[in-house]
Amino acid sequence: HTSFNFSSSSSSLSLSLSLSLSHRKGFTVFSKSLYASTVTPHSSYLRMSESVAAEHDYIGLSMEAAQMSDNKTKTRDNNNNKNDDVLNFKATELRLGLPGSESPERVDQRFLSLKSSCPVSGAKRVFSDAINGSTKWVFSPGSATDVKDIKPAVPVKEKKSSAAAAPPASKAQVVGWPPIRSFRKNTMASSQSQKQGGSDNNNSETEGEAKSGAEPCLYVKVSMEGAPYLRKIDLKTYKSYVELSSALEEMFSCFTIGQFGSHGGCGRDGLNESRLTDLLRGSEYFVTYEDKDSDWMLVGDVPWEMFICSCKKLRIMKSFEAIGLAPRVMEKCRSRN
Amino acid sequence: MDRRFPFKVLEHIFSFVDSNEDRNSVSLVCKSWFETERRTRKRVFVGNCYAVSPLKVARRFPKMRSLTLKGKPHFADYNLVPDGWGGYAWPWIEAMAARRPFLEEIRLKRMVVTDECLEKIAASFRDFKTLVLTSCEGFSTDGIAAIASTCRKLRDLELRECIVDDLGGDWLSYFPETSTSLVSLDFSCLDSEVKLSDLERLLSRSPNLKSLKLNRSVTLDVLESLLRRAPQLVELGTGSFSDELDPEEIAKLTKALSELKQLKSLSGLWDLLPEYIPLLYSLCPRLTSLNLSYATVQMPDLIDLLSRCSKLQKLWVMDLIEDKGLKTVALCCKELRELRVFPSGADLDETDVTLTEQGLVSVSEGCPKLESVLYFCVQFTNAALVSIAKNRPNFRCFRLCVMEPFAPDYRTQQPLDEGFKAIVERCKDLRRLSVSGLLTDKAFEYIGVHAKKLRMLSIAFAGDSDLMLHHLLSGCQSLKKLEIRDCPFGDTALLENAAKLETMRSLWMSSCFVSFGACKQLSQKMPRLNVEVIDEHPPKTRPDSSPVERIYIYRTVAGPRLDTPEFVWTIHKSPEVGVSRLSIR
Repeated sequence: HTSFNFSSSSSSLSLSLSLSLSHRKGFTVFSKSLYASTVTPHSSYLRMSESVAAEHDYIGLSMEAAQMSDNKTKTRDNNNNKNDDVLNFKATELRLGLPGSESPERVDQRFLSLKSSCPVSGAKRVFSDAINGSTKWVFSPGSATDVKDIKPAVPVKEKKSSAAAAPPASKAQVVGWPPIRSFRKNTMASSQSQKQGGSDNNNSETEGEAKSGAEPCLYVKVSMEGAPYLRKIDLKTYKSYVELSSALEEMFSCFTIGQFGSHGGCGRDGLNESRLTDLLRGSEYFVTYEDKDSDWMLVGDVPWEMFICSCKKLRIMKSFEAIGLAPRVMEKCRSRN
Repeated sequence: MDRRFPFKVLEHIFSFVDSNEDRNSVSLVCKSWFETERRTRKRVFVGNCYAVSPLKVARRFPKMRSLTLKGKPHFADYNLVPDGWGGYAWPWIEAMAARRPFLEEIRLKRMVVTDECLEKIAASFRDFKTLVLTSCEGFSTDGIAAIASTCRKLRDLELRECIVDDLGGDWLSYFPETSTSLVSLDFSCLDSEVKLSDLERLLSRSPNLKSLKLNRSVTLDVLESLLRRAPQLVELGTGSFSDELDPEEIAKLTKALSELKQLKSLSGLWDLLPEYIPLLYSLCPRLTSLNLSYATVQMPDLIDLLSRCSKLQKLWVMDLIEDKGLKTVALCCKELRELRVFPSGADLDETDVTLTEQGLVSVSEGCPKLESVLYFCVQFTNAALVSIAKNRPNFRCFRLCVMEPFAPDYRTQQPLDEGFKAIVERCKDLRRLSVSGLLTDKAFEYIGVHAKKLRMLSIAFAGDSDLMLHHLLSGCQSLKKLEIRDCPFGDTALLENAAKLETMRSLWMSSCFVSFGACKQLSQKMPRLNVEVIDEHPPKTRPDSSPVERIYIYRTVAGPRLDTPEFVWTIHKSPEVGVSRLSIR
C-alpha cells in the first residue's frame, strides 16, 4: 500500500527553502510555508520491520531538496576549488531504493524529518548531521561519523560538528504543532514582544509565534549568488565580522569565498589586502547586506554592533555584481589602488 | 386496556432525566416515549452542526430553551482547518428565530458567527439570557453592542478565545442604563480598551454580577476601583498585572482584593510581576480555580502562591512551574482535580525550564482526586507513565503532548507503547486521551482493547501501518471522536471498518496516506456519512490512488452540506458523479 512517491513530488515546492538547523537540539526545521503548502503526497514513509519502531520520514520536500542536501563537499579548505568535484552525479542521483540499501549518508539526507535528538539525554537520533550543523548538511559530505542508526531503539552517539560557528537554531515549524491554540500563541507572542521592547526579529516563518524568551534572536536570511537555496543565521551568535565570515564560509564553502571585510576597526573600507586583490581578479565573492533603509551595503564598513542592528538580509554576490549594486565598492577599489 | 402511562405522568418522570444521553436512550424506547421526551427537552446539544438540519431540530423540540452547537473539527484550533471551511451559525439562528422565539440560551463552539447573527439573536429572542461563544469568529464588537443593548434580560455574555473584529470599546456602553441582570461577563479576548467610566458604571448597576473577566488592556491601576464596585464576585479575570504602582495604590489594591470574600476563581494575570504576588495571598485560601497560564512568573515565586492554595481544584499554569513547583502542588493542593501545564516559550529549544515527566509523576502521587491532565513536555518515559497510571487510576482525561514528534522514552529509547498501555489498562474511566511521542502499532492495539470508555482520541505522528487504525476502529467501543494527523496508515483499515464510522460523531485525518479512491468507496458504502475531502487541488484532476491532504468524515442525517468552499469536496454517493460541491451562499 505504501507508495514511494518520490517522483510526483512536484516542483510546486519553492526552493527558497529557508532551512536552518539546530545544532543544539537537533531539530531539522522546515520553513513553515514549505510544510504547509505542500499538497503533494508525503513521500518516503518508510516502514521498518515491525520489530523495530519505524522511523517516519516527513519529507514534505521533493527529491530536489534531497538532492540539494546531497551536494555536500568534503572539503572545507579555503580557497580550494576542488569543491566542484563534489557536486557529483552520484550525489544528485534520484534513488528509490529502500533505506537499508543505501549508504548511511544518503539515508541521512532522506530523513529530513522532525525526528531529532532528545535534547536532554544526549542520545541523538536520526539525521544528526542536521544537528552537526548546516555546514555539513549542505556542503559537506554526510560523513560517516554522522551515521545514525535510524532505529530509534539504538541510541546514537552524536558527534558534534567541528564547525566553528554552526548556524544556530530555529525551531521546528510544522503547522499546528505543538498543539497550542492560536489564541494562546498570539497572546504569548505579543507578550514576548512587549517584553523585548520590539527587538528586531527577521524570522518571517513564525506567524505570530512567540519568539524565544529572554534573548531576542536576529535571524537574517543569507542568500548567495548561484546557490539554490537560502540559509538563515542568527546574527546574535556572532561577535565579530571574523566569526560571521567564517560561518558564512562554511555554509557556502562550495563557492570560494575569500576573507571578508574587516574586524570593524580597520579603516573605512573594511577591506583587507587579499580581499582587494581578489576583488580585482573578479573571481571573488562579496558579502553585502540590506540595511534598515533597504539599501545594499558592503559588509564590514560599520562597527559590528551597528551592523547587527541594521542588517536585515545578507547576500553573497560575485564581485561584478557587487560593484553594480554598491558603487562605493568601486570607489574603494579605486581609492585603494 | 391502555397500559401506557398518561402523558402527564411520563412527562413528570422525564423531568428528572437530565443528561441528554439518557434522554436520547429514552426516546428510542417507543413512539410515545419519543413524543413525550421531545416535548419536554429543554436543553438541546448538537455536537456537530452538520449532523442534522436546523429545521429538524427546531421542529422536534418545541420547548427548547437552550441550544449548544459545535462547528469545526477540534483540530481547527491548531490551524489545520483552512479558513472558510464552514461551521456557520446563521442557518441555526435563522431557524430558531423563526420557530423557537422562547429560546434563552445559545452556546456555540468553533463556529462562524456574524454580526448579522448577533443582531438576529437580539431581535428575535425576547427572553434571551445567555450567549457563550467559544473559539468563534466572524463578528465584530458591533454585534456585541447589539446584544448588550437589546437583550434586556441578558445574564451571561461570554466571549472565550474568540477572534473578534475589535472596533473599539464602545460596546460596553450599550448595556441598559438602568440596572442590568448581568451575572457573567467575559470579554478577555478583546484587544481594545474599554472606557473605565463605562466599566465602573456597569459594575455599579449590575448587582448580580458574579463572574467578570476583563481583557488585557485593563490596567492594574484601575483594578482597585473596579473591584470596589463588585465585591460579590465569585470569578475574576484580571487585566494586565504589570504596571508600576506606587505604595499607596498597592495598599488600596491589596485591600480591595482581600474584600472579595466570595472569590473562588482567578484568571487573567497577564504578565504578572513577582512583586505583586503577595497581593493575591488573601485570595489563595478560598481559591478553587487558578489560571496562571498567561502569567509569566517563574519559580520560586510561584511556590509562594501555590503553597497557600489548599483548596485548589483546577490549576492552569505554564511550564515555568517546573518540577519543583509541581512538587509543591502535590504537597499542598490535595483537592486538585484538573491540571494543565502549557509551554511557555514557543521555541522548543529555548527551554531552560526544568519541567520533566517527574513533575506530572509527583502530582499524580500527591493529588488523590486528580482526574484531568493536559501536559506539555519535551520528552517522557514509559516508567513515568506507568507510575502515573498506578498512582491515579481515576483519570478521565489524559492528554500528554510530548513536543518532540517521535520522541521515544529518553532513557530506554523504546517507544512509549508500554506507558500508554498502562494508562489505558488502569484508568478504566478514561474518556479522553491524547497520545504523543514515539508509538508503534502496538500502542494502538492496547488502546483498542483496553480503552472501553474512551470517547475522544487524538493522535499525531504515530504508528507504523494500517494496523494502527484497524486496532482503534475495531476496538474502542465508545469511541466518538477520532482525530489523527501525520500517521502512516492508508486505505485498508478505513474501508474495513467503515461501519464503525457511523457510530462515531466524526473522524479527522490529515497528512496520512488515505487515497481519493478509498474516500470514494467509503462514501458509496456508507450512505449516512459525509466524506469531505479538504484539498486545494480538485480530486478529479488526480488519480484515485493519490493521497488526499485532509479528510473529515462525519455521520449525518442531513446529507451533504450546501455551504462548502472551493477547497472542500463532499464525495457524492453515486459513483458516476464523483464529487459534488454544491455551494449556496
